[in-house]
Amino acid sequence: MWEKIKDFASTFFVTGDPLIYGADVSIVLTMAAIVFVLTKYKKWGWLWREWLTTVDHKKIGIMYLIASLLMLFRGGVDALLMRLQLAFPNVEFLHSEHYNAIFTTHGTIMILFMAMPMMFALFNIVVPLQIGARDVAYPFLNAVSFWMFLFGAMLFNLSFVIGGSPDSGWLAYPPLSELSHSPGVGQNFYIWGIQISGIGSLATGINFLVTILKMRAPGMKLMKMPLFTWSVLSSCITIIFAFPILTVTLALLYIDRFLGAHFFTMDGGGNPMMYVNLIWMWGHPEVYIVVLPAFGIFSEIVATFAKKTIFGYKSMVFAMISISVLSFFTWVHHFFTMGAGADVNAFFAITTMAIAIPTGAKVFNWLFTMYRGRVSFEQPMLWTIAFIPCFLVGGATGVMLAVAPADYQYHNSYFLIAHFHQVLIGGVVFGYLAGIYYWWPKMFGFKLDERLGKWGFWLWNIGFYVCFMPQYALGFMGMTRRLYTYGWDMGWAPLNLISTVGAFLMGAGFVFQVWQILYSIKHGERDTTGDPWNGRTLEWSIPSPAPLYNFAVVPEVKGADDWWLTKQERANGTAKAEKAQLEPIHMPKNSGIPFVMSACWFVAGFGFVFGWVWMAVVGMIGVALTMWARSFEYDTDYYIPVDEVRRTEASFGRGISCNKS
Amino acid sequence: MQQVMTHHGDSHDHGHDHGHEDHENLKVLGFWIFLVTDCILFGTLFATYVVLMHNVAGGPTAKELFEMPGVIAETFILLTSSFTSGLATLAMHKGNTKQLIGWLVVTALLGLGFIGLEINEFVHLVAEGATISTSAFLSAFYTLVGTHGLHVSVGLFWMLALMIQLARRGITPVTRRKVTNLSLYWHFLDVVWIFLLTVVYLLGVM
Ligand code: HEM
Ligand SMILES: [Cu+2]
Repeated sequence: MWEKIKDFASTFFVTGDPLIYGADVSIVLTMAAIVFVLTKYKKWGWLWREWLTTVDHKKIGIMYLIASLLMLFRGGVDALLMRLQLAFPNVEFLHSEHYNAIFTTHGTIMILFMAMPMMFALFNIVVPLQIGARDVAYPFLNAVSFWMFLFGAMLFNLSFVIGGSPDSGWLAYPPLSELSHSPGVGQNFYIWGIQISGIGSLATGINFLVTILKMRAPGMKLMKMPLFTWSVLSSCITIIFAFPILTVTLALLYIDRFLGAHFFTMDGGGNPMMYVNLIWMWGHPEVYIVVLPAFGIFSEIVATFAKKTIFGYKSMVFAMISISVLSFFTWVHHFFTMGAGADVNAFFAITTMAIAIPTGAKVFNWLFTMYRGRVSFEQPMLWTIAFIPCFLVGGATGVMLAVAPADYQYHNSYFLIAHFHQVLIGGVVFGYLAGIYYWWPKMFGFKLDERLGKWGFWLWNIGFYVCFMPQYALGFMGMTRRLYTYGWDMGWAPLNLISTVGAFLMGAGFVFQVWQILYSIKHGERDTTGDPWNGRTLEWSIPSPAPLYNFAVVPEVKGADDWWLTKQERANGTAKAEKAQLEPIHMPKNSGIPFVMSACWFVAGFGFVFGWVWMAVVGMIGVALTMWARSFEYDTDYYIPVDEVRRTEASFGRGISCNKS
Repeated sequence: MQQVMTHHGDSHDHGHDHGHEDHENLKVLGFWIFLVTDCILFGTLFATYVVLMHNVAGGPTAKELFEMPGVIAETFILLTSSFTSGLATLAMHKGNTKQLIGWLVVTALLGLGFIGLEINEFVHLVAEGATISTSAFLSAFYTLVGTHGLHVSVGLFWMLALMIQLARRGITPVTRRKVTNLSLYWHFLDVVWIFLLTVVYLLGVM
């Protein structure tokens, strides 16, 4: 009996590595600390009522933000571990399997559990406010999406200490990811972590598409919509077409592993190449899903900080829509070297390069907007400006990779690693950071400290070039990706050391940002106006942080940059003061079901990972029961009475000034 | 009532009942988009099936396995159930709750019959040694047909919940929207089945 338990424990818990013992200890300590604090300050009820059951899009956005920053930390630690390993030749810090596990979890976490939720954080916080809506189309579903993401991410992260991490790359190509080559549970963690959070992402795509199509304030025609909202719209359309493909692909891989099917196996008539096609039919659109909103963010920031209308609004919209369509016709460029034939390669080389055209148009529009504007260089603008050269270089190297014959040289080399980090960090991460700085006052009611922020900014930027420029050269020198060590004779040592130094500079930048947040909570400049940057769009017309119902009175929109127009009219004294009445505001009620349902998904996912059918069945029954319970819930909304709205507005110093007009 | 500065002309737009109706319409739109994603899901499964359908790896082929009489019966039953779900919607528009529930019961029974036949087919195939791990062709077959069957089963579960709600509450804007979505879903599954019949069974035995 005792022997059996010991046997089970040693396969269940990952052992034998100091890093993992460290992680075990820190998980236990963090859990204990959380439980202790919540109990000591009697905060359990508060946590449940205010956060775990909330359907308020602003709070859901904040939870997405916190989760994504934690994931950025985890993914960043993985990155630093890899760079430490590669700093010198013949380092024996991580052995090869561990290195494989780390680059796999790093890539997966960064794209699916850091970039996606950070993007959803901004969707949630900004979109309803920008379109003058009081909520998203389906607030309950929105909460489901968040909790599915969170429980999926937790499942994935557990693999580090329980059962073992996946180690066949962030796209899990077979046969590496098949049972024959990855017999452990790591690959199952990958499948179910992504599957559960992926269903949540798909729901978010539907939710925001309908929100944008149907919930805009009266008068806001599509072509009067702020560009960030446009970018969300195009990103959501891409999600809706791409994510079902991912769902199927992961399901098929799991069926192969669990039921012994032959979709992608080497034997039984399976076709591994089909997996590669499927995963990239999702994977390539995915990178545009995450970068399009960044384009939207830059457009808002450039217009605000140059105090000018964005140059070429229509071409910006057109560019985003064409990028989201084109992104589905480029996937083969990820395997030019796998023998598809010259014609196929040529087609996909051309579609890939075609994407550079709308992207280039956008860059010129941003530059024209800044040209002769009175540009002020606060943090959001700094990150935007840093993005432009970074993305230009990334785009240029991307076009180099798109040249099919040349790709035979660069394929799977460090050149590629440098390229995609350049677009992912320079485009996506810089973009979202810019967005976070920009909308931070709207979320929390204070600005983030400039001085600490500049430290963070310069460390990130210098660190970025120090880290990734040498990698282009290393690629030409023949260093391939996913290599865990190399010899002195290769001559790669100096450049690798420089690269590692750069990575640590970025890590230091992140530390400064955390410090900046903590410092600003106490000392940051409070935003009493609701409009700290002299903004142009509707979210700046309401107090910061926005009240529960967002808009006491739904605005009537006259044009693009509506808030800017209103401010000008007020300044000229041409503003028309029409009279309207406050009315009771219709709001959704909080619900515990999304949390419980996602927890059931987690249980089911865990069962599927270990092949414990009983547990999977219990979890799925839980999912079904919670859905059933929701279907029987009719009392799902309430009205905020006029008096309460008036009181809230008055507490912001609003209602009164409004009434005087 | 207080006056607030606004540019709002018609405050009746946001009247309470109106707000509710709008929300129900919104949910129908969302459901349409959900069906689009489901189309892509099935499209991907169909594509895999087409790629793998000749990879029998020495195992039995479609021609040897499929028995058309059962499949034709399934088709007939499912098409009829689509028709009866249409009758349910008609009853709803007439405001006749009893009739509505009655037709839903008929639809559900037909759906159940369909699932029964499908399970029967699968059991027979497995008994003949044609399992999901026999060949890539069979992996794709079970997954594609099974996913459709799973959708039908979820629909049955949902239908049951809805019948109870209709019995309790009668026809309200909320139950009306739910019935609308359910019948959309049911017709959609019917269309998918027609593709299944053509691509899997008819192409298979030809
Ligand atoms: C913050 C600084 C970062 C550093 C220092 C860094 C470093 C690295 C390193 C050393 C590798 C392994 C290369 C190899 O040997 O194959 C890697 C792979 C990867 N990184 Fe990063 N990374 C960073 C940020 C990011 C971000 C922000 C993203 C995405 C949003 C990202 C996505 C990926 C992906 C997808 C892979 C490929 C994993 C695989 O091969 O399966 N990284 N990174
Ligand atoms: Cu691509």
